Amino acid sequence: MTSSTLTRVSPPRTVPLQRKVRGWKAARRWVLPLAGLAVIIIFVIPYIVMLLDAFRPSSEVLATPPTFFPKTWSLQAFSQVIADPSFHNWLASSLIVAVSSTIIVILVAIPAAYFTARFKFKGRMAFLGLVVVTQMFAPTSLVVGIYREFYDLGLINTYTSLILTDAAFNLAFALWILQGFFSAIPKEIEEAAWIDGASHLGTMMRIMLPLTLPGIVTAVTFTFIAAWNEYVVALTLIQSDNLKPLTVGINSYVTQYQQNWSQMFAASLIAIVPVVILFALIEKHLIGGMTAGAVK
Amino acid sequence: MNQVIASGQPGKGLGASRTLAPGLPKGEAAAPGSGAAPARRKRRRNDHSAASIGVALLWLGPVLILIFGVVIYPAIALLIASFGTFSITGLYRSFAGFTNYVNLLASPDLGQVMWNTFVWVAAVVILTNLIALGLAQFLSKEFFGRRFVRWAVIIPWAAALVMTSQLFRLMFDYYHGIINQMLLGLHIIAKPIDWLGSSTFIMPTMIAVGIFVTLPFTAYLFVAGLNAIPSDVYEAARIDGATPWQTYRAITLPLLRPAILIAVVLNMIYVFNSFPLIYIMNGSNPGYGNDTMITYMYKVAFQGATHDVGMSAATGIFNVIVILIAVGIYLRFTNWRQGDQES
Repeated sequence: MTSSTLTRVSPPRTVPLQRKVRGWKAARRWVLPLAGLAVIIIFVIPYIVMLLDAFRPSSEVLATPPTFFPKTWSLQAFSQVIADPSFHNWLASSLIVAVSSTIIVILVAIPAAYFTARFKFKGRMAFLGLVVVTQMFAPTSLVVGIYREFYDLGLINTYTSLILTDAAFNLAFALWILQGFFSAIPKEIEEAAWIDGASHLGTMMRIMLPLTLPGIVTAVTFTFIAAWNEYVVALTLIQSDNLKPLTVGINSYVTQYQQNWSQMFAASLIAIVPVVILFALIEKHLIGGMTAGAVK
Repeated sequence: MNQVIASGQPGKGLGASRTLAPGLPKGEAAAPGSGAAPARRKRRRNDHSAASIGVALLWLGPVLILIFGVVIYPAIALLIASFGTFSITGLYRSFAGFTNYVNLLASPDLGQVMWNTFVWVAAVVILTNLIALGLAQFLSKEFFGRRFVRWAVIIPWAAALVMTSQLFRLMFDYYHGIINQMLLGLHIIAKPIDWLGSSTFIMPTMIAVGIFVTLPFTAYLFVAGLNAIPSDVYEAARIDGATPWQTYRAITLPLLRPAILIAVVLNMIYVFNSFPLIYIMNGSNPGYGNDTMITYMYKVAFQGATHDVGMSAATGIFNVIVILIAVGIYLRFTNWRQGDQES
């Protein structure tokens, strides 16, 4: 709009442009935070609705017409959920599965990422190709095959099956991010360590790991959150109620037979809030990690 | 996908062949004989950057075990299952040849389900990426309260998709949903809309929620991409008197290309495989009228009277092929290889 007219009248164009820029400079102090507020509202409002629904009795959630704010405020849903032994089991399952698979991913991915970033070997290309292929497969599309495998192994309805699946399918992303970090570290740093007589393993542990900490943090967070939020494999492989993770378990609050929406939302919030905090804490690393590992 | 990523390194035509994850010094790291310092090479007589297969297996073994055990094996199990018949309890009965595939292709629901999948993936991926471009630009500006905006954007990403889907199922409910109530109150609609029950509205509604949950990851990927653009390029453009729009077209978009490529490819895979959102928001509708390939596959195997594991496995193989072709066409279409050489 203005820009095209400005380019046509070339000689005096700097003058109106500068005036325009100055006007914008003054305005942006207000416009940008206000736009930011709008973005915050769009992303947060649904979860505020969740929070407000968790603070009212279940009967009121299903009132017609619905109201935005609860008519009766109540902590009942939270206290019921916290006292619910099923909820304890689901929370424990989620924690066990997410923590175990994250540990496996990190233990397995760090050496592999370091090695492929630093060394040439036969089959390196094939290995990297394989990793890329796993990134293309989502557990969802293979879920019938995963079911067949664990059915044959007699591991249906176990934590092991979930932990292994979550670890395997999140490996590619972790490898990818970590390798970006390892490759970005100048080789001279390592060589200095080797000259001082350190082994490869020692170099990796003492020199490389501290330097790649942001990458590790990013990989850990991604894996943990993916495992914590995993749904379809758990829905398929886990049959006993006490082994279900939260994502599957909470759905039994709202079924054909009972509609405890406020309990489901209270349970959801207990699962969501710590993860949001975790995510917010590493937000800076996250962008750094994605920059180094993915988009550069 | 490594090629996609590698295309981000300007002036490195080799990229694709050797780098999964890019990072500048890797070129040198992987090529020890660049000849600059023969003395140094001598010192490293047993060359540290070449390794035998045995050593490689030691470092990579655990990854290979996991990938072969839990990704490749199920893929093969899926392939085998797609050629078999199973009892309702899941026991393998007999070899069925291509029967499952024939049944799938002859299924009266397939056309609708494939169309739904196409609309779902195309709409969510395209709209998400367009909105995310703007959002990322906004999130990388300096302003008061930016940190809070970034935190807010994270929430749908950190929250489990199941929980967000259940939340929107209630919010879009015909009787009890706050959205109808709000629109009625603002006189935007005259009578409540059955968002999730009518075949006109359910797909756009699910697409809107799909965009909402896909935006955070995409926007963050673009913020990371914007961060990677050196600021002196902008400085130069400013001195040359480029308008903001010219700067955006000539600098930001081309340099953001690798991030956009990755975002679109990953989003295609994620959105195609998105299960909980459709499964839950479409949960109370009978039949397959609003399903995508993924929820269709699940319902065929684990729900309803049939429990047809064989046909579901055939659908799974079909899905894997479809997504590979879709990603392939996209990469072809965007000419990533050429873009790499040009830059």
